[in-house]
Amino acid sequence: MIWNLIFGSWLVAAVSTAGSLFFSEVMMYPPCVLCWYQRICMYPLVVILMTGLFPADKNVVRFSLPLAGVGWLIAFYHNLLYYKILPESVAPCRAGISCTTVHIEWLGFITIPFLSLVAFSIIISLLIIVRRKLSHEN
Amino acid sequence: MKIDKWMIVGISAVIIGAGFWTAKYFYKAEEVAAVESVAKEEPAVFVRPHSPRMGNANSKVTVVEFLDPECESCRAVYPEVKKIIQEFDVQLVVRYAPYHHNSVFAVKILHAAMKQNKYWETLGVLFESQPEWGSHHAPQPEKIWDHLPKAGVNVEQIRSEMNDPATFDLIELDKEDGAKLGVNGTPTFFVNGKPLENLGMDYLRQAIKTEVEATK
Repeated sequence: MIWNLIFGSWLVAAVSTAGSLFFSEVMMYPPCVLCWYQRICMYPLVVILMTGLFPADKNVVRFSLPLAGVGWLIAFYHNLLYYKILPESVAPCRAGISCTTVHIEWLGFITIPFLSLVAFSIIISLLIIVRRKLSHEN
Repeated sequence: MKIDKWMIVGISAVIIGAGFWTAKYFYKAEEVAAVESVAKEEPAVFVRPHSPRMGNANSKVTVVEFLDPECESCRAVYPEVKKIIQEFDVQLVVRYAPYHHNSVFAVKILHAAMKQNKYWETLGVLFESQPEWGSHHAPQPEKIWDHLPKAGVNVEQIRSEMNDPATFDLIELDKEDGAKLGVNGTPTFFVNGKPLENLGMDYLRQAIKTEVEATK
């Protein structure tokens, strides 16, 4: 069960990584600063979570959860900017690529920062479930 | 049991990878189709009357290069591009995609030089001296003036003519056309309206060869 949960979070991280590379390398959308910070948190998760799968290592939660948490916070902040909950003037990217440029908008609300937030949320939820299960076991 | 888990992860990784490449394949195909439909509707989008041309004007093969005088890769490929154009006896058309701080300044000088029929000489000099004037960390566009005499141009005339508003218009038009054609980097090549998908001189040579043979 724990293995499945870690595997699930690995799957989400791997799909997110491939997706973000698709946006930048195939669709040629230049990643903004905040996207880069989220990538910094997401990409290592693919390797760390995979390491935790062979052999199944409960400790992987300790190492991956903080990374996912930081990524989630940045993604959350990015979404606040993106959906204009925070004023745009607060956006840190004055030069270069703006962090509020809307590249895709599927079904009217699914944007790249939104996808990132969802991915980090799923990963965190799965890892928290793993941790709960572990504390029950102990 | 352990092998099963490896298989699950392995198969997932393969599926993700395959999904990526399949999506890439379809995305690229659609991109090419989009450019082709733009080209069909508005053939002029590739070549405007103001665009500088080099090589055989009667050739059935036209290579369009979107470039930026301040772009290092454009500088790097330029000698080879010239060679290829001569080798196949085709035509090269230059369009602009000015992405850097002094690109527009350089294009203005180029177009003033064009009036003196020294366009290609000036472009050569700009590319050659680019590391000096176009370093992205410490750009010194004024250094262009030191090198311009090498192109055999009347520098004073360039100084007085470079602010021709027509040059701004043509840069804007190039930017618009570039956007229509999905140009988002320099250099970007089109051979008879077909985008060169992989940037590289061997790819360019191959694309030209294919077109030359197809139009024989």
